[in-house]
Amino acid sequence: MKIAVLLRAVPDPVEELELDGEDLDRDFLGYVLNEFDDHALEEALLIKDEDGGTVVVYALGTADEVEQMLHTAIAKGADSGQILGEDLDPIDAHGQAAAFAEAISGEAFDLVLTGVQASDEIDGQVAMLVAAELGLPHVSVVIGTAPSDGAIRVTKEYWAGITADYDVRLPAVLGIQTAREAPRYVAVARIRQAQESGALEEVHIDQPDNGSGITITEMRLPEEGEGAQMIDGDETAAAERVLEILQSAGVR
Amino acid sequence: MAQDILVYVEHLGGEVTDATYELIATARTLAGETGGSVDAAVIGTGAADLASSLTGADRILVADTDALGAFNPQGHAEIFTSLVEERDPAVTLVPYTSVGMDVGNHVAAATAQPLVSYCLKVDVSDGLTATCQLYAGKVEADVEVEGDRAVFAMLAGAGSADDGRSGGAGAVENVDAVVGDLAVTFVGLAEPEAGDVDITAEDILVAVGRGIESEDNIEEAQELADALGAALAASRPIIDQGWLPKTRQVGKSGLSVTPKVYIALGISGAPEHLEGMRDSTTIIAVNSDPQAPIFGVAHYGWSGDLFDFIPELTDLLEG
Ligand SMILES: Cc1cc2nc3c(=O)[nH]c(=O)nc-3n(C[C@H](O)[C@H](O)[C@H](O)COP(=O)(O)OP(=O)(O)OC[C@H]3O[C@@H](n4cnc5c(N)ncnc54)[C@H](O)[C@@H]3O)c2cc1C
Ligand SMILES: Nc1ncnc2c1ncn2[C@@H]1O[C@H](COP(=O)(O)O)[C@@H](O)[C@H]1O
Repeated sequence: MKIAVLLRAVPDPVEELELDGEDLDRDFLGYVLNEFDDHALEEALLIKDEDGGTVVVYALGTADEVEQMLHTAIAKGADSGQILGEDLDPIDAHGQAAAFAEAISGEAFDLVLTGVQASDEIDGQVAMLVAAELGLPHVSVVIGTAPSDGAIRVTKEYWAGITADYDVRLPAVLGIQTAREAPRYVAVARIRQAQESGALEEVHIDQPDNGSGITITEMRLPEEGEGAQMIDGDETAAAERVLEILQSAGVR
Repeated sequence: MAQDILVYVEHLGGEVTDATYELIATARTLAGETGGSVDAAVIGTGAADLASSLTGADRILVADTDALGAFNPQGHAEIFTSLVEERDPAVTLVPYTSVGMDVGNHVAAATAQPLVSYCLKVDVSDGLTATCQLYAGKVEADVEVEGDRAVFAMLAGAGSADDGRSGGAGAVENVDAVVGDLAVTFVGLAEPEAGDVDITAEDILVAVGRGIESEDNIEEAQELADALGAALAASRPIIDQGWLPKTRQVGKSGLSVTPKVYIALGISGAPEHLEGMRDSTTIIAVNSDPQAPIFGVAHYGWSGDLFDFIPELTDLLEG
C-alpha cells in the first residue's frame, strides 16, 4: 500500500490569538501539527506496520515553517516527505487541495489520508476537496481502517458513539478523526537522524488559481468571558467561591 | 424557483436529527427574506416514511432507496448533488456533522459552489453573507460569498430545533434515487457499548480537557470528583489518548449531558465540545487562557491554573 499523508501546521491552540483586521497577526504565532493530522499519520503508520508499503508526508509552506513537522513524521516511520510551494501566496482550502492534487496525482497512491478538519479554513475540508480534484471516493470522520485486497474497510463515526463500517474501493481519500491507537511518540535523537537522512525534498508548485469564492471581511475575538461571571482572586478564593456556587446549585 | 432554500435532511434509524430541524429553522428565516420556499431533501432508507412525519418544510423531496444502507457518503451525496443541480436553490444548508461534512463538501465541489463551513449565521439581505467560527471557536469571522449560490455547513445550535419542528407538514414530491456504480459500500452500523458510569444521568460532572496534560494527572481530577460525589467526564483528546473510556466523552461525537453542575477543567470550549454540555444548569470553567471560548458559555469562570485549583477545592470539600 502506498499512502500519502497531508500534514498541516496550525496556530498553536493553546496560544492567545491577536487579530489584524481580516486575519490573525501571525508574526509571533507558534505553529503546531494539527491534532487530527497526527492521527492521520498514525493510521498510515499502523497500516504500514501491518501490511508494509510506503508512507509519504506532504506539507505546504516554507521549509522554516514545516520542516520540523515533516522530520518528526519521518522519524516516526514515514519514508519520505515533500515540502510544496516554498514561494506560494497564502491559499485557502480550495487552493491547498489543488496544490496537493497536483503534487500527488502522478504518484499512484492507493490512499490519501488527511486530518478530518483544520480549524483555520472556512471554505471546506481539504480531504473531500482533494478527492474531488482527483475524482476519487472519500469518507470523512474515520476512526479506523483495515485494508484488504484493492479495498479498505473504514469505520466512520456518526455521533453519540454510533459508528458505521464501509468498504471503500482504492484509491481513495480519507479524513481521519482518530487513529486506532494514540499517536506514537518519537525520541528527539530519531528526529535528528531524520534531519540528516535527506528524505525531505522541496518541490515547486504553481500558485493554484482556483478560489474558494468567499472573502473574509472581518475577524474578531468573541468577547472575553462573555457569558461567565469571572471569579477574582487566587485559587483559594476561587475554590471558596465555587463551593458557594455548588451550595446554591443545591448539590452540596 | 431559484429563491428557494434547500435543506439536507439528516436521519438515522428512522429518526430525523435535531441538526436537521435546526437547519429548517434557519431556512425558514432565509426563505422569509428571499420569498422562496423551504425545500427539504430526504434521501435513503425509509425516506418516504420520514417525509410523512417531517414538519417545517414547504416541500419535501423524497429519494427513497434501500440501496445505500444507513448512510452512504458517496451515494447520498450524489443524489443530493443532482437535486441541487436540478432545483438550483439560492442557498443549500447542510449540518456541520459527520454526515453533513461528507455531503456538503461533495455537493459544493461537484456544483462548483462556494462552501462556507463552521457557520453560526447566514444572511441573504445584502448578497450572501455569513458569520462563522474559526480556530475552534476562538475567533468569529464575517464572510462574503462571491456570486449568488452557496452551500453552508451550519454548526450545532445555529438555529432552534424547536422552531424548525413547529411548522406544518409539507407537500411531498418523489424524486429519482438513482446512483451509479459506487466505490463506497455500507457494511453495517455499530452502537456504543454501555460504560461503567452513565455520565448522562449524573448530577455533577467534573470534566477534564487537554489542560490536564498527562494520564498521571487524571487521578487528581478523580479525587476531586470523588470528594464532590461527581463522575469524571472529558473532552475528546483525553479519550483519544486512551486516558479515559469513550463512554466518558462529552460532545459532538460523544454524549450530550445536562447535569446540575458541570465543572470544565482545562477545556478550551471548541464548538464540538460545547454542543454536548452547553445546556447544563450551572457551568463552572477553569482555564488559564482568559480568552478561552469555554468562558462564553460558562456561568462562572476562573482564569488560572487547574493544578492550583483542583487541590484547593478538594481540600475544602474534604476538610
Ligand atoms: C467531527 C468532530 C467531532 C468532535 N467531537 C468532539 C467531542 O465529542 N467532544 C470533544 O470534546 N471534542 C470533539 N472534537 C474535538 C474538538 O474540535 C476539540 O479538538 C476538543 O474539544 C479540544 O479539547 P480540549 O478543550 O480538551 O483541548 P484544547 O482545545 O487543547 O484546550 C485545552 C485548554 O486547556 C487550557 N489549559 C492548559 N493548561 C492549563 C492549566 N494548567 N490550567 C488551566 N487550563 C489549562 C488551555 O488554555 C486550553 O484552553 C471533535 C472534532 C471533530 C472534528
Ligand atoms: N496547507 C496544508 N498543508 C498540509 N495539509 C493540509 C493543508 N491544508 C489542509 N491539509 C490537510 O487537510 C486536513 C483538513 O484541513 P481543512 O480541510 O483545512 O479543515 C488537514 O488536517 C490536513 O491533513
